[in-house]
Amino acid sequence: MATTTKKKALVGAVIFGVLSIGLYALLFIKEDLINSTFGKGGVYAVLPIATAFLFSFVHGNFTGNFWSALGIEAAKSKGCK
Amino acid sequence: MHDAVAVATQFIGLSLGKIMYLFAMGFVGGLVSGFIGSGGAFVLTPGMMSLGVPGLMAVASNMCHKFPKALVGALKRAKYGQVDVKLGIVLGVSAEAGVLWGAGVQEHIKKAYGDAGSNLYVSAAFVLILAVVGGFVLRDAIKSYRAGSTNEEEKITKIARWVQSVNIPYTMVYFKALNARISVLFTIPLGFATGVLAATIAVGGFIGVPSMMYVLGAPGLMASATELVIAFVMGVGGTFKYALHGMVDIRLALIILAGSLFGIQLGAIGTTYVRPYMIKMVMGVIMVTVLFSRLLMLPVYMSQLHLIGEMGPATSKMLSSTSFAIMIFALGLGAFIVLKAMWEGKREERLRESAGALAAEKA
Repeated sequence: MATTTKKKALVGAVIFGVLSIGLYALLFIKEDLINSTFGKGGVYAVLPIATAFLFSFVHGNFTGNFWSALGIEAAKSKGCK
Repeated sequence: MHDAVAVATQFIGLSLGKIMYLFAMGFVGGLVSGFIGSGGAFVLTPGMMSLGVPGLMAVASNMCHKFPKALVGALKRAKYGQVDVKLGIVLGVSAEAGVLWGAGVQEHIKKAYGDAGSNLYVSAAFVLILAVVGGFVLRDAIKSYRAGSTNEEEKITKIARWVQSVNIPYTMVYFKALNARISVLFTIPLGFATGVLAATIAVGGFIGVPSMMYVLGAPGLMASATELVIAFVMGVGGTFKYALHGMVDIRLALIILAGSLFGIQLGAIGTTYVRPYMIKMVMGVIMVTVLFSRLLMLPVYMSQLHLIGEMGPATSKMLSSTSFAIMIFALGLGAFIVLKAMWEGKREERLRESAGALAAEKA
């Protein structure tokens, strides 16, 4: 059971990890374009917010699965109400 | 805000060293935030400024990394049943108003007294809040530890009992974290103060979490998890405000986020392994240590404002560096306590499991 969960987490970590690396690579490759567009202000204010949401979903799933794949999970007995 | 265009053109160049520095700070900050609901951000604004990022852009980018981090942390801790979304949103709305008011006060002070006046105000607020609230939180944690009641859920304070007993018609709302109905009117000043503090020292949780625990009567675990919802609500609004003026450096925000999402997941997991008083212990230790960091800076700003005698540049630089080092130490110390408590909790669980397996085998 525990091994299945770990395997699932590993698959999740790999998929979201690759997506996350892709997003970060894009951020640095298109650095100048992103800086100049996001720095315009006004209606462009939605761009940094939308980007932060996108990264939090992809990278958040990666980091969550990463710790689970390493076997670092919540305690079974305490804290979980 | 009027010089937004000038600020927006000051995007710094990012070397690998700077990226690693921001990533590491993000990780440690995230770890502490995941555990106590807040508190990792105070070191990031000065940390970014030390890389040459203009002050306002550092504040804006810090805010932009904070709300997605708080979202991920809140979702994780909601899985453990520790989040009261309703309380978080109710407090978050008045906190948003507090952020706007606090930012206005900041701008006013800056206009009237310049950068040194603004810095003195921020540091004085740090020292005052951290001494009063931090001292109280730490004393409470030490009391629980000494009384040997570390395994018990915290006792509700007298003031919280009174708040829960007051009935104001048409304003009563049930909150899961309190397991009681209270008047929302009580939440307004608490949320507002949280927002003002967030706008002033970047960590609203130093008021938000203790007020939920001691004034409303929420357990430490629920209060620290619910603070993440407040931080999310405040962060989205604050980021939008700064982004309207093009002041968010999304690269900085996302690099810090890269580290902090590793940290916040770990910090959230950590809460399930530790005894309830540990949340207060970590929060109190960080608050009191940071207090000394800001205390060192008071004479520097006072000298710049000619309130005391002139200070030589060497002394001023030494005090600033020591202050920043203590701040990093405070965060590192918090992270160390979290990791140690988590490690011990995990070891205890393993021992319990193997003892259980042994007993089952014998049977």
